[in-house]
Amino acid sequence: MEMTARSFWTLVHGMGFGALYLLACSGALVELYRRYCTHNQALPSERDEKFLRIYLVAMAALAWLAVLTGAYIIYPWYRAVPPPGTASLAAFPQRLLMASPTTSGWHSIGMEWKEHVAWIAPISITMAAAVALQYGRNLKNHPQLRTAVLVFVWISLFAAGVAGFFGAMINKNAPVEGGPVIHIVQGESK
Amino acid sequence: MTTPTASTSVSSPDFPSTSRPNGAGAAAILAAGIGAFLMAVFAILADQSAAIKSAMIFWKPTGPLSGVTTCAIVLWLATWAILHARWRNRSVALTRVNAAAFVLLILGLLLTFPPIADLF
Repeated sequence: MEMTARSFWTLVHGMGFGALYLLACSGALVELYRRYCTHNQALPSERDEKFLRIYLVAMAALAWLAVLTGAYIIYPWYRAVPPPGTASLAAFPQRLLMASPTTSGWHSIGMEWKEHVAWIAPISITMAAAVALQYGRNLKNHPQLRTAVLVFVWISLFAAGVAGFFGAMINKNAPVEGGPVIHIVQGESK
Repeated sequence: MTTPTASTSVSSPDFPSTSRPNGAGAAAILAAGIGAFLMAVFAILADQSAAIKSAMIFWKPTGPLSGVTTCAIVLWLATWAILHARWRNRSVALTRVNAAAFVLLILGLLLTFPPIADLF
């Protein structure tokens, strides 16, 4: 069982940071609703508040790691230009997708949207984390701040979902492969 | 940008009677909306103009995306810092701030969608 270095980094970007962010988003939405959208009038405890702050800061870190690894590690491999006379486009995912009308949309719509919309997720969640850090338990007294935080977390979930969906589909149609091979485990031979 | 302000002693959905003014939060919210919108604006500019596209190549392997995202993020953070400095000690009309931020955020989402971005 082995994988290439590029495949490994794609896994780190998509599954390690991106998918974990999506999971964390659903958790954050549940927690924010439970805390602020119910009829519970009691202030959250200091411990609960500290947990939410750490949770949102960790989400912001995940979102930034996802977009930065995507833009500065994976994307250069994806958009690499093949030298003239290259017979196989397998190592050049963008060119491979654009070579066929049945797959070109994954680049012209999928990647073109994903590469920009994904950045709305870290911007939104950084704002949510900053508001939680600044207001803490006092957020209970600011219904409109809470509404804004909830809306931005929803939008960040949507933006990350778009990026995740297209990332998965693009990698399915034209995987980012290459680089040194990493041997994970030796399989049984028949 | 001029936004109505009020004393924190006034109690309403916009200006709840709390010890902490809402200005710092409002600054973060509006700046995030502006940041999302700027991301789309820079993406469209780089897509429509060869000169801007070339100027946006801050790091060649990533191409214009490096400049588009860097410019949007730097301006987002600068806007946030300016708004925070101006609003941190006062309460502002959050209904209007939220509305503006949501509109900018939705525009950011829509304008990054290639079939819509290509209309410009």
